[in-house]
Amino acid sequence: MGRHFDNELRDLKFSLLAMAGLVEEMVELARQSFTERSDAKADRVIALDHNVDELELSLDQACIDLLALRAPFASDLRLLASTLKIVPELERIGDHCTNIAKRVKFISAYPHILTAQQIEALGEATHSMVKRAMDAFVNGDAELAKAVIADDDLVDEIYVQVSKDMLQIMLQDPSAIERASHLIILVKNWERIADQATNIAEEVLFILEGVNVKHPYLQKRES
Amino acid sequence: MDLNERPVIPEPVPTITEPPRAGEAHILSQQGTPLTDRAALEAPTMVSVKDLNLFYGRKQALHGINLEVGKNTVMALIGPSGCGKSTLLRCINRMNDLIDNVRIDGHVRVGQSDIYAPDVDVIGLRMRMGMVFQKSNPFPKSIYENVAYGLRVQGVKNRAVLDEAVERSLISAGLWDEVKDRLNESGLGLSGGQQQRLCIARALAVKPEVLLMDEPCSALDPLATSRIEELIFELKRDFTIVIVTHNMQQAARVSDFTAFFWMGKLIEVGLTEKLFTNPRERMTEDYISGRFG
Repeated sequence: MGRHFDNELRDLKFSLLAMAGLVEEMVELARQSFTERSDAKADRVIALDHNVDELELSLDQACIDLLALRAPFASDLRLLASTLKIVPELERIGDHCTNIAKRVKFISAYPHILTAQQIEALGEATHSMVKRAMDAFVNGDAELAKAVIADDDLVDEIYVQVSKDMLQIMLQDPSAIERASHLIILVKNWERIADQATNIAEEVLFILEGVNVKHPYLQKRES
Repeated sequence: MDLNERPVIPEPVPTITEPPRAGEAHILSQQGTPLTDRAALEAPTMVSVKDLNLFYGRKQALHGINLEVGKNTVMALIGPSGCGKSTLLRCINRMNDLIDNVRIDGHVRVGQSDIYAPDVDVIGLRMRMGMVFQKSNPFPKSIYENVAYGLRVQGVKNRAVLDEAVERSLISAGLWDEVKDRLNESGLGLSGGQQQRLCIARALAVKPEVLLMDEPCSALDPLATSRIEELIFELKRDFTIVIVTHNMQQAARVSDFTAFFWMGKLIEVGLTEKLFTNPRERMTEDYISGRFG
């Protein structure tokens, strides 16, 4: 196993980065579609999801083929095992972007309600997490991956606050219930994307350091 | 392989990691449940190699080896040709004594015995060590006599004792069902995989404490290899096993611990699943992932 396998791994990384690039574009378009009330951008997000699904299938197959044919060890094994987990995370991010885009199409005809800026902040923070998680993968940057994981708490805080605000709005103005319901689902999708970016960052740490950082409460209990 | 043709390889990192024991279990538990039986981590030492140097004439083949093998565990020795792994294996039953111009210093203990102590009975020592070689080497005798051979050398003549030992050993070697009706036929008439299991049965008959295997599957097809590997898994309940292999997958499949050697030096030793997923040394990583040299 030498140069040929290295080429195969390089091709796999390129394909993963192509998928990540596409997903990042969907995240950014989803964010803009809400901010700009753009149905065109929402439609573009929905259309891109098909391409992401196709890439998921081809990357899955490539990983299985390499595991079966190359029987890799050490960092090669970690890369393939983690790619098999990163790919579905990216695919799910694509699905969440599609959900956001669909909700945007529902609410785009109406004016922003009170928490629009917070929702935009949520979108920006989440987009940043996805982008930096993949940057950590590309650059082999463990510190950046750790920073992404830490940022998940900030996104959760925004999400909780937005949800509370939305509930308050619905209580105060029953005519806003339909829009607010769409927005609650929309922000939940942003929060899930941040979770998925966190999962990707955890996989990047496993690739780089061979350390599983998931579920720290279980590790504390064991120790 | 001419080792002198690889000048680009840097000198190995001198820090040699000790085999993980109880302390490592704590670290691993933070990383998830290890595949290795926890008992392997707590196993008392069966074979202990300390500061071992070996010279073939003026050429030093082993450099300050320190290695411990736990009782009822499997230790795989891996590394490129000429790295010293088979030489180390032969140190454990003093087979290197049979080679001219060999000089050894350091200590090898098996159980409580320092096997290089001046008063050691070498023949008696080798009876405590079963050895299985790369190429099966049954004697030109019947299957029964192949297995009974070691006991006969020890002077055992009681037929019932021999019968029991032959059956027990062939069962342990996973060969009994295939040969029980033809024990008087020549061992040379068996297939390659069966011959190797016959050799394992022969080694087991004298109830050794340690089983040394020098590339036992290198001449076997995948099916026969699989049977030997399953056998190793079974045998470690009763024996301590040290196996030399060039097959990385085999080392990963059968061993609890793996030691990587390069140019007569022990570069890294550790839990097999850790060494094959996240080795400490870059040189180990390059070797097991096929990027060496």
